[in-house]
Amino acid sequence: MKNCEYQQIDPRALSTPTPTPPPPPCAKRKTQRPRRKWEVFPGRNRFYCDGRIIVARQSGVLPLTLGLILVTSGLFFIFDCPFLVVHLTSCIPVIGGVLFVFVVVSLLQTSFTDPGILPRATPDEAADIEKQIDNSGSSTYRPPPRTKEIVINEQVVKLKYCFTCKIFRPPRTSHCSLCDNCVERFDHHCPWVGNCVGKRNYRFFYTFIVSLSFLTAFIFGCVITHLTLRAQDEKGLVYALQESPARYPFHLAACVPSLTWHMNVCSVKHNPQTELVVCFFSIWSILGLSGFHTYLVASNLTTNEDIKGSWSGKRGAEDSVNPYSYNNIFTNCCVVLCGPMPPSLIDRRGFVPEDGDPQATPQELDLPPFVAKNDTNMEENCQDFALSCTA
Amino acid sequence: MATEFHNLQELRHSASLATKVFIQRDYSEGTICKFQTKFPSELDSRIERTLFEDTVKTLNTFYAEAEKIGGQSYLEGCLACATAYIIFLCMETRYEKVLKKISKYIQEQNEKIYAPRGLLITDPIERGMRVIEISIFEDRGSSGSSSSSSSTSSSSGR
Repeated sequence: MKNCEYQQIDPRALSTPTPTPPPPPCAKRKTQRPRRKWEVFPGRNRFYCDGRIIVARQSGVLPLTLGLILVTSGLFFIFDCPFLVVHLTSCIPVIGGVLFVFVVVSLLQTSFTDPGILPRATPDEAADIEKQIDNSGSSTYRPPPRTKEIVINEQVVKLKYCFTCKIFRPPRTSHCSLCDNCVERFDHHCPWVGNCVGKRNYRFFYTFIVSLSFLTAFIFGCVITHLTLRAQDEKGLVYALQESPARYPFHLAACVPSLTWHMNVCSVKHNPQTELVVCFFSIWSILGLSGFHTYLVASNLTTNEDIKGSWSGKRGAEDSVNPYSYNNIFTNCCVVLCGPMPPSLIDRRGFVPEDGDPQATPQELDLPPFVAKNDTNMEENCQDFALSCTA
Repeated sequence: MATEFHNLQELRHSASLATKVFIQRDYSEGTICKFQTKFPSELDSRIERTLFEDTVKTLNTFYAEAEKIGGQSYLEGCLACATAYIIFLCMETRYEKVLKKISKYIQEQNEKIYAPRGLLITDPIERGMRVIEISIFEDRGSSGSSSSSSSTSSSSGR
């Protein structure tokens, strides 16, 4: 009897159905189609495959990065590998293939993984925080910037209040203005991968740049070897460079890291000295980036902290020590790269509760049909609560 | 399990949400997930301090287990690196397994301890691991039928 009484509540009678595109052609639906949370996500991100893939709004350079890598590697496999397999060893395409797979897979994972986005505060949570701030602060018209000081491993750390997300940012979290999200352990926003680099995808990003350094160095080495061998066989280096299609990977190995250098190289024709110099500098830029990030990993720092000089002791009288470091290079590397993989906090593929507010109701984890029936009451109660809060 | 669950639903049906209390994160040990065990004053009349502290401490232990850096996590990390992280698409990570344990624990705590006292704990994962949200319900009392009030009293008697 309890069940009958409970099931008689009809959420359809109470909630106003809103038209959603596209309506199903045959069935007369009184309720709106259940929407997934990615469809109502407030940040500036784009989602594909029904929320499985997340990228930043401007992912324009990612196709270029991918294209350059694919074209360079393709030309390497087509022109250089056959020659080198014959003259050297058949391991060359195998090594090249493995490196290529690592580069592409880690690039795609860096680009399509949630970097550690923090969901915005629910209205109740935001109201609670506001109440706490108002209790402690003064009642002037312009409140001072909201910060909270905490002590981590005997180091004083300031937590800033994020006005967009309405939360006090956890330590090492920063708000990315391009994506309009707070990201945990924010490193930087990388236009080349079209996404922020943060807690969840830093290891993918590191694997990407390290394997890319190896790949570009490998291709560079193989092309040099190819041209040298041809020069020895045929009429000299200049002839080899002019005649051999092997010069194209030179152009493109230079382009992989840098668009501007690509433009320069395209305008240079048959000038091996310039090509080699450009290639040399391009490879060094990727190697430099890998080296820089290796330093960051070993000292458990983020690019953001390094640039701001948070722990270098530049500001303030006392010595600031990085409180997150384990003071052991090996431990730091292991923790950053091989530590446990935290889950995505934004639950892209979860369903939005029927009352339209995705974060107002506590959801039961089993029996999803009950969630819809609960929300009718919760909506009224939440509205009552919200009114009583603002009164 | 099904009947208990129904009682939880009826609690919400017959009670109205009065307020919510938020237990914030404790960052004293760094960025690991840990919640403050300070007892909020709003719960003073609703639940015993020891029960509340036990719940929060157990949750902290679960999170510490999930984020523990040791042999198993290194193995998982190295294996993932060797397979170019494709293994993350196929396998459930240790963190996800512990999160499932946590949700079961919270549900169990809700059914046994919190719902009979008119409280409800929300899993922190649904709030971005920032807070433990505890909803405090006030019993409407007169609105329910006699059978619903008897079910509420039977659940509180547990």
